[in-house]
Amino acid sequence: MPGALRHLFYKIDGLAEQLLVIGDGSPRILFVPPLFDEMNRMRRTLVLAMHALAQRDIASALMDLPGCNESLAGLETQSLTHWRDAVAAAAAVAEPDCLASLRGGCLIDNGVDAAHRWRLAPAKGSSLLKTLLRTRIAGEREDGRTVTAAQLIEQSRLVPIELAGNWLGAQMVAELHDALPAALPAREVKPGTGPSTITGSALWLRAEPGEDAAMAKAIASDIAELMA
Amino acid sequence: MQADIAVRSVLVDVLGLDAERVAAFDADTELFGAIPELDSMAVAGLLTELEDRLEIEIDDDDVDAEIFETFGNLVAFAEAKQG
Repeated sequence: MPGALRHLFYKIDGLAEQLLVIGDGSPRILFVPPLFDEMNRMRRTLVLAMHALAQRDIASALMDLPGCNESLAGLETQSLTHWRDAVAAAAAVAEPDCLASLRGGCLIDNGVDAAHRWRLAPAKGSSLLKTLLRTRIAGEREDGRTVTAAQLIEQSRLVPIELAGNWLGAQMVAELHDALPAALPAREVKPGTGPSTITGSALWLRAEPGEDAAMAKAIASDIAELMA
Repeated sequence: MQADIAVRSVLVDVLGLDAERVAAFDADTELFGAIPELDSMAVAGLLTELEDRLEIEIDDDDVDAEIFETFGNLVAFAEAKQG
């Protein structure tokens, strides 16, 4: 069967971080994942897309960001700047022709040169941060406590804060607040209908996203077309 | 973008509701309590998506339970933010 799973590793901060590789040969695509919850929500469909690429004889790699997924690093010491370095370190191992970044991954994909760039629904850092803050505030309210976004941001300057299960340090909160996807020439798509869209839906927003095989195929064929 | 259209698309995208079902919503369609997918966590993503799609700013202090009672209330809230 094409598309057996294997693992490569890249090193950062003295730790080996995982690159999930699907397909035979060297990975030609490096996937830079969405951030925080959105990664978990997209992962199944992303892996299906990697299998679909492998069927087209294109191997691809999905990187763990330090502090996420299988990583042993702490999340509270990470920042977007550091994650940008991690993408560069992963790219040095994978040597991809194409960098494919999704959502918040588009905030950290600009430290690497690649022949092709593909982006899915780039997210503003402030939007990601706001949703995380709102989730925390809603949780507090259900427990009968009141906390504001301003209070949480103030607190984050002193100690890491927990937002929707993610411990974020001062630098991460501050960088998310201001981060925009870098202006780079890239093929940019979003799910839906009309120009520059692919089949699918905004799975990263869903509480229970499951997987979307049609979207996975659409991701694979759009990237394959870009690289052809 | 019209608030009505944006609210429908956000309900489809965030809650994973069927687009045809949401297209049939009218002002009196009940949301919170009537749609199990709409919980307080989903509300967080829903507000941020509305902000991004309508290019509005939502102050969380303005958000109360009443806004999510009906589809009409949610559209009216979004329209008011559009100014």
